This record gives sequence, structure tokens and C-alpha cells, in this order.
Amino acid sequence: MAVTADPPVRTRDRGGRDSLRLTGLLLALVLLGVVVVASLAFGAKFIPFGESWRLWWDNDGSSNAAIIHDLRLPRTMVGLMVGAALGLSGALMQALTLNPLAEPGLLGVNLGAATGVVLAIAFFGITTISGYVWFAFAGAALTSVVVFLLGNTGRSATPDRQILAGIAITTVMGSGIYAILVLRPEVFNKYRFWEVGSLGDVSVSAGWRVAPFVAIGIGLALALGPALNALAMGEETGRALGAHVMRTRLLGMLAVTLLCGGATAVVGPIYFVGLAVPHMTRMFTGPDQRWILLYSMVLAPVLLLLADIIGRVITAPSELQVGIVTAFVGAPVFIVLARRRRLAQL
Amino acid sequence: MSRAQVLSGAVVRNPTGSVSARIDLRAAAVTLVLVLLALAIALHSLASGDFEIPLPDVVRTLLGQETGGAKFIVLDLRLPRTLTALLVGAALGVSGAIFQSLTRNPLGSPDFIGLTIGASTGALLVILVLNGSTNQIALGALLGCAATAVAIYLLAYRRGAQSFRLILVGIGIGAMLDAFNSFLITRARLDEAVGAQVWLIGTLNGRSWDQVRPLLLAVIVLLPLAFWQSRHLNMLSLGDETATALGVPVERTRGLLFACAVALAAVATSAAGPIAFVALAAPQLAIRVTRSAGSGLASSAAMGALLLVASDWVAQRALPSGPVPVGIATGLLGGAYLCWLLVHEWRKGR
Amino acid sequence: MSRLRAEGLTLSYDQRVVTENLGVTVPDGSFTVIVGPNACGKSTLLKALARLLGPKAGQVYLDEKAIGSYSSKQVAHRLGMLPQTPIAPNGITVGDLVARGRYAHQSLLRQWSKEDEAVVVEAMEQTSVHELAKRYVGELSGGQRQRVWLAMALAQQTPILLLDEPTTYLDITHQVEVLDLCADLHEQGRTLVAVLHDLNLATRYATHLIAMREGRIVAEGDPGRIVTAEMVEQTFGLKCRVIPDPETGTPLIIPVDRAARRSGVGATLG
Ligand SMILES: Nc1ncnc2c1ncn2[C@@H]1O[C@H](COP(=O)(O)OP(=O)(O)OP(=O)(O)O)[C@@H](O)[C@H]1O
Ligand SMILES: [Mg+2]
Repeated sequence: MAVTADPPVRTRDRGGRDSLRLTGLLLALVLLGVVVVASLAFGAKFIPFGESWRLWWDNDGSSNAAIIHDLRLPRTMVGLMVGAALGLSGALMQALTLNPLAEPGLLGVNLGAATGVVLAIAFFGITTISGYVWFAFAGAALTSVVVFLLGNTGRSATPDRQILAGIAITTVMGSGIYAILVLRPEVFNKYRFWEVGSLGDVSVSAGWRVAPFVAIGIGLALALGPALNALAMGEETGRALGAHVMRTRLLGMLAVTLLCGGATAVVGPIYFVGLAVPHMTRMFTGPDQRWILLYSMVLAPVLLLLADIIGRVITAPSELQVGIVTAFVGAPVFIVLARRRRLAQL
Repeated sequence: MSRAQVLSGAVVRNPTGSVSARIDLRAAAVTLVLVLLALAIALHSLASGDFEIPLPDVVRTLLGQETGGAKFIVLDLRLPRTLTALLVGAALGVSGAIFQSLTRNPLGSPDFIGLTIGASTGALLVILVLNGSTNQIALGALLGCAATAVAIYLLAYRRGAQSFRLILVGIGIGAMLDAFNSFLITRARLDEAVGAQVWLIGTLNGRSWDQVRPLLLAVIVLLPLAFWQSRHLNMLSLGDETATALGVPVERTRGLLFACAVALAAVATSAAGPIAFVALAAPQLAIRVTRSAGSGLASSAAMGALLLVASDWVAQRALPSGPVPVGIATGLLGGAYLCWLLVHEWRKGR
Repeated sequence: MSRLRAEGLTLSYDQRVVTENLGVTVPDGSFTVIVGPNACGKSTLLKALARLLGPKAGQVYLDEKAIGSYSSKQVAHRLGMLPQTPIAPNGITVGDLVARGRYAHQSLLRQWSKEDEAVVVEAMEQTSVHELAKRYVGELSGGQRQRVWLAMALAQQTPILLLDEPTTYLDITHQVEVLDLCADLHEQGRTLVAVLHDLNLATRYATHLIAMREGRIVAEGDPGRIVTAEMVEQTFGLKCRVIPDPETGTPLIIPVDRAARRSGVGATLG
């Protein structure tokens, strides 16, 4: 007795929606291109746009050329990578935990990285960003393994439980870190600058070192889209739709670790991007994880680079760390969107 | 008292049956044990320290039968600190339980939606910009928290304030305030930054009666208010529609409970700093220990109080490194306990 | 005069308008059944009648006064409602859930009177879930769960009861049992409004039938009089025959054969 809509209409509708989403994605890519160019052209030191353009093609060895090629270019490239990684890992985390409030830090990645860095500073006397990288990355990886095990062992491996496990472990580690920081001010003095999240003194070598891991993470994340869609229907339905729940979770968490761990290792923890960008994209894309992942990957670096440019220009010649500016750029948009629409739960 | 036929708990009635109350026996027993444990640890920490005082003397002092040195140490030095721990813990536990129940999300705690971050901003401004006293810092935190709550509510209000929208707006505002706090910390001189960081972790150092009195007053008003509303809070877990159908004034109940939870978080944070994790963990621990389906305000209060006095004792005396801010110990103890519970849960296969 | 009616209702979710300028009157002491295709606005109408959804325009009247002018508890004493997809709190037992139906009759000092107990036990017996009292709601079958929710609505003991698809998930026996129970309640003088999808059961039990389509009322009245092949086709877009039910004499709706529908005789959905 149930009456359904005409099938052809529905397909056409869906096709229309898809092409709309594709157009949106292309727009987002154009936006990203604009931001990348802007990131190369603007900065603490004012270089006229025409001059920047000429220097970009013709590296004449002048100090302005050095600024563009040796400072702004690596910074932009790292920002691009980090932004994409954070956006993707956030989208993954929300899909895996079925919780639209989840962020990659809940897997313990940020705290793990922070622990690595604090240990590096406190006990190995390392004080350069490129020196932190492996400590941060190892800390992130180890912690996420522990969190994953605690959250997923046994019969009651519910998404909420995964979140609680993340909270429990990160809290213990955070307390450990703070104990060291409070007792050793000189460590705190280094840590407080790392902890903000900055593209200011990125090291190209650090970027290169994590790039392969981030690349694997990106591939993995994008490949998981369809499986995540099935998972979003809940565990039972997901299984019925043919999703391998455990495998998807495992691979997903692995991707989060690679992506967010890599990003955090290079620039320090940046929280808001991973939480807010996937959430905001969901309002345009609807609940299809494949689109959410793609959009997040493109829009997150837009936000990050934009924030970085503003941070460089606004208090020139000194600069404001990107982690600080990101929140101020992204949060108002987030709030306006939260007000305008009833946000999709997932 | 009689066991109810259909209910999971027990029922107490007066002989005429005009007055009746429902009691969840397991939850009540657990809460009692938690309270007793918290009091025992509180007594112990009143007795111990650089200058040991025998327990009987402590009790006599509390009853007003002792004068002299012991009285000064117990009543003026140690009691304010211990009371602060108990009250702050209870307040945070209840605040967290209300938020998590309203939002039906374990992440819906006052830390997460930016309230305690707002309090921190207020306090940091007083510490780093105005160089204020302890009392001024507390005031700054209180104002910061209140202002944040008002901002969140106003921004989220649109034909009623939906819980989910409240959280999202809270996260947005929290992110900005958090960034601003980091900005303040990175711009400060190192010694001032360390002091601010200690406040941010949460500390009970240097509490005096001046700070305990307003806290005590606030908790005495707010906790009963919250408990009184807890029946309605439980009904809200059926969802807005069913709850309305059954006769719950949903918007009013939610507004009242939200205000109550904000106020509790605000006074607690202004008294001891944004002690992370207690508001988040106490309700989760309480749910797991009582295995009750309700919002468990009383058990969360007891759990929070226990967590904080125990942590304070650990932070002061038990660590080899010497005293650390209490927030560090709440994280270590609470986090470890939550890990243990989770492991225990999967062992039992629940 | 009728205890529950609505005038000029415009109902919408954010931008999507579901009904415009809809008027409904629930006859006192009737067993009113609402039928209509999926998404035509039945649940929306029920929610508005139970003040769960505020109308954009128009008004719902309960006992000749705007329903919004009563307190939530006052309404809950007169009118109960079972939503289509209610949410059960985590880890709650059946007994505790049904007991929540008594909320409007309780207060801080009267949390569980003897009457509460008696009413809840009776409601659970009527819906045959009394043996499940200590089980967890999350561990029940779909049909068991549905009957538990029904018990909760019954425990509220209201003279007017709105039920949104009370028979979904139920096997044929339990469907009939639930509807028999509704008929009993109706005979005891309660006013019932139910959304049903089984037209044949609807015509059998209803004393007043409302057929809806796309937010409008297509036909209403005594089912024996209004249910015709044309009316069913107009409402559901389904070609069918209507014959007298051999058991009760009420209209029995039989869809015409698939082949006949495909050869162009059938209706198309606009
Ligand atoms: N919460 C909601 N938000 C937005 N739109 C809604 C909501 N609930 C229902 N709708 C829309 O309103 C319209 C009417 O829905 P309603 O639930 O009243 O249908 P119904 O007649 O009860 O259908 P069914 O027989 O499937 O239960 C539908 O188009 C539906 O998509
Ligand atoms: Mg419906």
C-alpha cells in the first residue's frame, strides 16, 4: 500500500544534486587556488603584487625573491598539507564515532604528539621544530593505538565508548604533561609556543618527512568513503549493507593517526579546523561521506591559509599564530551557520 | 519501604499513602558509600600535613570543643581547602551530569561547550593584564563564565534554544576564547605565564574562608534546586515530543536546568580554576557504578566530591615530585579510574 | 461541540509547509482513524493536536480554549499522545518506562502512589507486557517495544488519546488485540484518534474516518458511508474494489490485480 515517488524523478533529482555538489567542489578548489596565491603574495613584508608575480617566475636572488621562495612557498605548501590532513581526519573521526562533535584529538593524537614533544624538550634537550617531528609523530601513533584498543575491545565497542576511551587516556597524559610543565618552567617556555599551533617557523624538512604518511592517510581516507556511508546507518544496518565494521574502524583510525599525527607533528596542535570544517561542509553536502571528505579536504586548507595570511598581515611585522587566528576566522562562520540551520546530526 | 512490583527501585510511603518517594536502592547505596569515602578522606586530610593532628582531636575541633593551635590549623588553614574541594567537586559533578543529560552526549560538558574556557579568559585577564588578587581572579572567572553563558544563550536562541544548537554555538565561542587565552599566555612574561598556567590547571592553594563562604552559599542554593528538577530532567531523556506529551514543560525545565548547571560550573571554576575532567568524568563514572538509567545527579555530586578530595590529597602529598596543582591529580586519578572501568567492562563483556 | 478541534492550521517544519488552512474536528466519544499515504502529514497533524508542534497559523482548541493557554500538565491530564518513533533512554527497564506515563499525576511528594502502581499494572496487563516488567527496553523485539509504549500512553489515563501508528511492528494477532483494546477504551467513553495504515482494519474499527492526502482532508465521516473505490483511488492513487467485509459488513478494500493496473486501467500518482 505504500506509495513511493516515481523512480526516474528521484534519479534525476539525485543527478541534479550531484552536479550541484560537483560545481560547489570546483568553486571550493578555485577558492583554494586564490588563497594559495594570496598566501604567496601577502605577508609581513609588503611586496607589490606585480613584483611578487615577476619574482615567482624569475627568482633573481633578491631578498624579496628569497622571502617568496624560501619563506612563503614552504609555509604555503605545509599549510596546504596540514589543512587537508586536519579537515580529512576530522571528517573521518566524526563518521567513525557517529558523533558530530568528535574531533581528531579525541583519538589521543594531539595529546600523544604533545607528550612526545614535552619529553623531547624535557629529557632530550631538543628545541627545534624539525627535531620534534619524530617524537610528536611517535607519541601520536602510540597513543592512538592505545586509545583504539581500549575503545574497541570487547563486545560493547560502541562509538560512545571510543570517545570515552579517548578522553580517559588523553586526560591521564595531559596531566602528566602538566606535571612536567609546572615543575620545569623552562620546558613550559618552549612548549607554550609549540602548543599554539603555528606555521611561522615551519621547517621544510619536517614537512617532507611526514608528507609520505599524510599522503597514505589521504588515500586511505578517500577510499573509505563508501564504507563510512554504510557505517553511518548504525552498526547492524551497516553490516547488513556489507560494511566490515571493524575493518573500517581500524583503517579509519589508522588514517586519522597518519593525517592528524603528521599535521600536528609539523605545526603543533590546531583544534578548531578538524571539528568545524567537516561540520560546516555537511550542511552543503548532506550526509554523504564521500562528499564530506572531499569538501573537508579542500575547505580546511582554505580556512587555515586564510587565517595564516591574516595572522601575518594584521600585526605586521610580528605575527599572530595560525592556531589563534583560525578560531577567530572560523568560529563566527560556524556560529552563523549553527544559527541558520538545524544542523544535520550526521 | 516496599519493593515495587513493576519499578526497578523501591518505594517509601507514609501510612495514608499521601506521601510517597521512589528510591533506586543500588544508586542510593553507592551514593552513600561515595559520600562516606569522601568524608573519610576529607577527615584524613584535615589531620595530616606538615603538622600531624590526631583524628580524635580533629573531630573535637570540628565540634567546637578544641582551642589553641589545633583549632587554628584545622579550622583556618586546612578546612577551607578541604571544603572547597568537596564543594567544587560536587558542583562540577552535578553541572556535568545536567549538561550530559540535556544534550544526551558524553561530550556535552561545561568544559566542552566553552563555559570554563570563558571563566579562564576572565581569570587570565585579571592575572596577566590587571595583576589582581586571588579574590579578584575569582570574580573575573565568575564574570567570564557568566558572560560566556549569556552570549551562548543569546546567540543560540531562535524560536527556543535547542540543546544541540547550544552546544554548537558554545563550541564556536569556546574556540575563540581558547585561542584568545593562548594568545595571552604566549604574550606574557614567563613567570606570569607559569602562574596563569597553574590557575588554568586548577589549584586549591591558599583558600581561606573568604572564598569558601560564597561558594558554600551558592552550592547550598543550587544543589537542592538541581535535585528538585531531576525528576523533570529524567523525563527529558524521552525526547522533547514524548516529554511534552506526558506533561513536562520542556522549554522551562530546560532553561532552569541550563541556568543551574551554568551557575554551578561558574562558582566551581571561580573557586578552584577550570579543573578539567571532573564535570565530564564524574557523571560517567557514576552511571557506570550505579548502573542506573537516570541522570544520577546525587551520585554524580558524590563522585565529583570524592574525586576532588582524593585528588587534592594525592596532589599535595602522594607524588614524589612534591605538591602539584590539584587539576593534575584529578586527571591522573579520574582518567586512570575511567580506563580501569572501561577495561573492566569489556572483560565482563557488557 | 467537541472537546478537541483545530481551525485554519498551517503547519510547517522550518521552510517546508505540510498543511495549509486545515480544519479538523474530533467528534466526542469517537474512535477516529486517520488514513493517508506516507508523508501526507498525518503525524504532523497529530503532533499539532497534541501541542507538540506549534502552528504557523490557526489554533487548536481543547475544551473550547486554545490549547496553548493550558499548562503542560493540565493538557497531559486531558490528552495523551503516543508519537510514531519515541526514543527510549539508555538502560531503562520496561516497568520504569511505563511508569513515566504517570508523570502528570505525580509531584515531589507523591512520586509513586498506590494508584500509580495499580494503573501501571493494569496498563501493562492490557497490552500483555506485564511479564516484561524487569527487562530492558533496548532488548525487546519491535512488537514488544511498541506495546510497551502503548502501555505508557495508557498509564497516562487521559479521556482523549492520540496514537500514531500503534499497530506498526505488530503481528496480526497483536494488531487485532491492540485495536480490540482501543475499541474497549472507546466503549468505556474515551475519545481515540489513531493513525493506521491497514485500511481494512481502519474501516472495521473506526467510528469516524479521516482520509488525508498532501496535507488536505479528502474525505471524512462514517467509514461505511465514505469508503468507496473512488475515494480510495483519490486518496492513495491505487485502483481497487470495495466489497462488504464478510465478517462485519464494513468496507473491505481489495487492490485490483497487478496485470489490470499495468494495462493502463490503474491510476498514476500525480
Ligand atoms: N521533523 C521534521 N522536519 C522536517 N520535515 C519533516 C519532519 N517530520 C516530517 N517532515 C515532513 O513533513 C511531511 C509530513 O510528514 P508526516 O510525518 O506528517 O507524514 P505521515 O503522514 O505521518 O507519513 P507516514 O505514514 O510515513 O508516517 C513529510 O514530507 C515529511 O518529510
Ligand atoms: Mg507518520
